[in-house]
Amino acid sequence: MALAATASGESARAASGAVPAYNDDVVRAAAIATIFWGCVGFLVGVVIASQLAFPVLNLGLEWTSFGRLRPLHTSAVIFAFGGNALLAASFYIVQRTCRTELFMGSAGAWFVFWGYQLFIVMAALGYVMGITSGKEYAEPEWFVDLWLTIVWVVYLVVYAGTLMKRKEPHIYVANWFLLAFIITIAMLHIGNNIQLPVSFLGWKSYTVPSGVQDAMIQWWYGHNAVGFFLTAGFLGMMYYFIPKAANRPVYSYRLSIVHFWALVFLYIWAGPHHLHYTALPDWAQTLGMTFSVMLWMPSWGGMINGLMTLSGAWDKLRTDASLRFSVTAVAFYGMSTFEGPMMSIKAVNALSHYTDWTIGHVHSGAMGWVGFVSFGMLYYLVPVLWGRTLYSTRLVAWHFWIATLGIVLYITAMWVSGIMQGLMWRAYDEYGFLQYSFVETVAAMHPFYVIRALGGVLYLVGALIMAYNFYKTITAGAPVRVSVPQAAAA
Amino acid sequence: MAFKFSHAIFEKNVVILSIATLITVAIGGLVQIVPLFANEQVIERVEGVRPYTPLELAGRNIYIREGCYNCHSQMVRPFRDEIERYGHYSLAAESMYDHPFQWGSKRTGPDLARVGGKYSDDWHVAHLIDPRAVVPESIMPGYAFLATRPLGYADIAEHLKTLRIIGVPYTQEQIDNAKADLEAQQNPDADGAADVTKRYPKAVVSAFGGDPAKVTEMDAMVAYLQMLGTLVDFKSVRPEQLTQ
Repeated sequence: MALAATASGESARAASGAVPAYNDDVVRAAAIATIFWGCVGFLVGVVIASQLAFPVLNLGLEWTSFGRLRPLHTSAVIFAFGGNALLAASFYIVQRTCRTELFMGSAGAWFVFWGYQLFIVMAALGYVMGITSGKEYAEPEWFVDLWLTIVWVVYLVVYAGTLMKRKEPHIYVANWFLLAFIITIAMLHIGNNIQLPVSFLGWKSYTVPSGVQDAMIQWWYGHNAVGFFLTAGFLGMMYYFIPKAANRPVYSYRLSIVHFWALVFLYIWAGPHHLHYTALPDWAQTLGMTFSVMLWMPSWGGMINGLMTLSGAWDKLRTDASLRFSVTAVAFYGMSTFEGPMMSIKAVNALSHYTDWTIGHVHSGAMGWVGFVSFGMLYYLVPVLWGRTLYSTRLVAWHFWIATLGIVLYITAMWVSGIMQGLMWRAYDEYGFLQYSFVETVAAMHPFYVIRALGGVLYLVGALIMAYNFYKTITAGAPVRVSVPQAAAA
Repeated sequence: MAFKFSHAIFEKNVVILSIATLITVAIGGLVQIVPLFANEQVIERVEGVRPYTPLELAGRNIYIREGCYNCHSQMVRPFRDEIERYGHYSLAAESMYDHPFQWGSKRTGPDLARVGGKYSDDWHVAHLIDPRAVVPESIMPGYAFLATRPLGYADIAEHLKTLRIIGVPYTQEQIDNAKADLEAQQNPDADGAADVTKRYPKAVVSAFGGDPAKVTEMDAMVAYLQMLGTLVDFKSVRPEQLTQ
């Protein structure tokens, strides 16, 4: 029994009465929602990738055309998959690191969970039906935005309230990132969705700012959906689950302080790099480029902090399913956060903008960093939450390698197609005429679109393997209390 | 140094940590966004840009509804190849009445900022119904349903009113005649056709979708595409007007 207590961590301590009974039902629900929406989002991704390779798959129906399904894919992976992973992570981490149950108990957290699922379903149905405000990654219309605002405020109250009643003297670093994520997303969401409905009984609204101002606000929002939803939030995940799985303290406490403040300060300036050489004034473009390049430093500081936490525990990569995903995720994070600043340099952006290179860059971050760090969390969390050992570590290895191969196929295909298309657009023949018509550059993309779709299929297959593994773990996995002493005895 | 700063204050007080975070993340946006509203140099002083006609506006809303911005940009950059391929680089003034902006971020298909007038109405209709019938290598979805679906425009005046509240200078006359103008713009034989071009300079009156007898979503879509990038007469623009 004593062995079991040390191995299974918090649950055993909870049983001994030293720690309150955590509100873990909602964490379990969010974990399942993460798996479910992940598979949905990846599937829609495969569908739209296939549509670009084989346009007949648009089916000639308005509800299945690329233009409506692409927001469905981006919202499903960012807000549904990523959002639920963050709900699970934040509710789990904040209770453990504060040694207290959630503020407002389960009720507040359940409202956030179901309110958020309702937001997802309303947004998704809207996209398919053509109800959209037409701003990338902020497509939900005004009434959906209002609903999300309510849910988000309750989320902030539950989260900050839990921090306030903590029984630890310090607020742990993971919580700084998660708190910054919640606060900043609230600011961005409200700032970018100031809309005036035509009628309060209808769905259609018009964005209040127009043209160049609207563009700046949109990419202030858009880039920081990456910066605070997909980065700060998931860094919170990294700062808790990697030390936990490695059983090592965070490499450098000082570095995490520098990492946090530098990241949250610099990220917000990077938006204009999405608007290089547009009608946005040059000074704003230059600011966006400068801060994007500076952002490389805190990003790599965070990467180093994550990776070096494994000092002395690198051997666990061979045996620990969770760590293998999390650490590979941090490596992808390092790669994308080098690529991003490079692409924000105007001379590079002149080539890369409007091409698939951007899509490849986003996906090395989304699939490699966000996806893998979430999988790493789930492989740690599901056994702990359900008190069972993982059904199969062999299947984890399959998931890992299939998904990694999928990412490699995806991003290399997009590098080649993006750079090739950028070069073809600006190519001149010996008489000084443009060498290629636009549609010739489209035709040249075909093989890479097929490879990309294949990469997406592999990533989806990996996720389905994970879902099966978790299904078997939850329904048929051996209870932890029996297996752990056996493992220890062996 | 007498005063020794300690980071512990942020780690021990949720309110201080939250406020400090909010201030930190607010600075960048304030510096980059506020001057765009305050500075009159942001939008070039060129002539010709006007609010959308009711039919063009309805077409623009279909463009947004179908997510065209996912694959088409409306922002020509000031590069030799783009100017030769698409036309004069885009001005901020040209999207000053765009709620929301539709500059886009990806060119899976070509830029559309200056597509107006480059192809015939018939070409657009054929292309939207079945892109590969016109451009065999195209990977664009077909939008055949636009040709048969009646345009919903009963509340079009409400749309103009809403836009006027948020700064688009629609006149009362334009709002009062919104419905009539919408119908007349796609019917060259209509009595009100001349009024459309009077109220909206450079507006093209044409049987866009092919049949003036009924107003379809195709009429609106093609009317919008045919006006894109046509409002500013670059032959009469002086270089000093283009400084930001």
